Amino acid sequence: MFIGAIGCEPLQLRRVGLERSRTLDVYRRNGGYESLQKVLDGMSPDDVIGEVKKSALRGRGGAGFPTGMKWSFVPKDSPKPKYVVCNADESEPGTFKDRYLMERDPHMLIEGMLIAAYALGARVNYIYTRGEYRYLIEIMDAALDEARAAGLLGEKILGTDFNCEIYTHTGAGAYICGEETALLNSLEGLRGHPRMKPPFPAVAGLYGCPTVVNNVETLTAVPDIIKMGGEAYQKLGTEKSGGTKLWSVSGHVNRPGVYELPMGYDDMEKFIMEDCGGIPNGRQLKAVIPGGSSVYIMPASDIIGKDVRMDYEGLVAAGSSVGSGGFIVMDDTVDVFESTKNLTEFYKHESCGWCTPCREGTDWLVKIFKRIESGGGRPDDAQLLLDLVDNIEGKSFCPLGDAASWPIQSAIKKFPEDFRRRVANGTNGDAGLPTA
Amino acid sequence: MSQQFTPNNPLPQEVHVPDRVAKFSPEVEAEIDRHLAKYPVKRSAILPLMFIVQRERGYLDPPGVAYLADRLGVRITDIWEVATFYSMINTEPVGKYHLQICKTLSCKIMGEPKITEHVCTRLGIKPGETTPDGRFSVSLVECLGSCGTAPMMQIGFDYYESLTTEKVDEIIEKCESDTLSNGVR
Repeated sequence: MFIGAIGCEPLQLRRVGLERSRTLDVYRRNGGYESLQKVLDGMSPDDVIGEVKKSALRGRGGAGFPTGMKWSFVPKDSPKPKYVVCNADESEPGTFKDRYLMERDPHMLIEGMLIAAYALGARVNYIYTRGEYRYLIEIMDAALDEARAAGLLGEKILGTDFNCEIYTHTGAGAYICGEETALLNSLEGLRGHPRMKPPFPAVAGLYGCPTVVNNVETLTAVPDIIKMGGEAYQKLGTEKSGGTKLWSVSGHVNRPGVYELPMGYDDMEKFIMEDCGGIPNGRQLKAVIPGGSSVYIMPASDIIGKDVRMDYEGLVAAGSSVGSGGFIVMDDTVDVFESTKNLTEFYKHESCGWCTPCREGTDWLVKIFKRIESGGGRPDDAQLLLDLVDNIEGKSFCPLGDAASWPIQSAIKKFPEDFRRRVANGTNGDAGLPTA
Repeated sequence: MSQQFTPNNPLPQEVHVPDRVAKFSPEVEAEIDRHLAKYPVKRSAILPLMFIVQRERGYLDPPGVAYLADRLGVRITDIWEVATFYSMINTEPVGKYHLQICKTLSCKIMGEPKITEHVCTRLGIKPGETTPDGRFSVSLVECLGSCGTAPMMQIGFDYYESLTTEKVDEIIEKCESDTLSNGVR
């Protein structure tokens, strides 16, 4: 599997290939903890937040919310403790970038969290990692111990008055806990049900205290923002999408992997056909889901020859979005009815059951998909599916219901023939998705 | 049904019988204390502690639940409420080797059906079942974040990636002889 940068100098991935890249020693010899030193040497918390705002860094977990703005929502005068929580519950289908960041460069995450904690006045912080990533929790624990022993964590960090502690925490197999308020409930020892917003976590988060929840990739961008300055970081990307972005590439490409691209990389066709090595076995590109399973599916005709720019604005203009950067490539052996059914089953399994439209709706969707698949398709089934998702989308506490709706809406719109064939003829005898 | 679970009366009478509450070695108790020390609220440690109980007792059994309720100062129903939400918490025994095959899109299009068929034929069970000797369980699970190295499965806490039927045979043989070493690290 490929791990590296294309179209820019590797930033987040610059240490991943080094021998013993997990160790404090290698991290420090390659510029590690210099940004923390710089912050503690004379930047105020407001200076740090100002640089992050200038960087145009947007949350890398999927929603793309501007990070500096999120940080500035934390009330400075609150007498309550404040928390920084790292969201390492990477569960969006197609996404595996955070895994390699933590596996290969855990100290970059620790440094990013320390700087965030300094900026927000947080003293105790947590890394919420999905339960399946047990080996990463062990890696993070080892790195945290190393940092603690070196005076980079705990009391009087680097000889200053800055005290800060970071602990790991484990999830236990629930996609929904990647949603920040569900994550906080889970961290409090409850079922992972999302909370009603407002209040937002910045005001009332963990234990009712001001809390910032950021994705791994967001926090690991912070040391470089401090080192090079917010403006320089922003200029690596575009005006509204600063810096670089990691793309997890999977499916039918010759070279799957984690790719670091500058925001605004031009263009998606070149990325698939050249950088990722093109489509294997002489097949044709059929579709791409560019941002994790929850975004709109793109047909090849919206990519080939269309100069799709890979950043937040470019992908929206092309009819999808950046999401988590989970880039799933599908060749012409894939039936989009089947792939959409597969994702719908995922959302049904992962719906937490809190909101009726999502809990019942995803179940009905799967039932309809199964009925069509087993030969019981009816002419108005596509419309039935669309009506159903219309009653799910925007009608639940969290975006899981939306995420279940969008693949279906876009699949029916962009690949009507795959649905029409099933509905009109009943089953076409193709029981499963084709194998590679 | 008449038993009221309240914070002041956290355990129903029958589980107050000593052997109905799990006991652990001083080392495990110390490990539990280390987790509890991380949080200002004890209940936050519920998931890490459930994994420890599961590791020590094979699954989260009623005495394990009673222990957690006592240790965390919550009701037995609070423990069950959380335990039944999370797919990695087993409230029933599972096989010694739990083969969890990822079935989500990237793995699906990269050959998961072939792997699943091979595993099930070889072990003579269907997804969701355990072999009669209690050695193997097979489950189909949702995305495990291994899409670039699809298809894949998880056994225990270890990842086995870029699977082929030959690799699967090798892994199952190692399980049969109890010589399986760690997967991806």
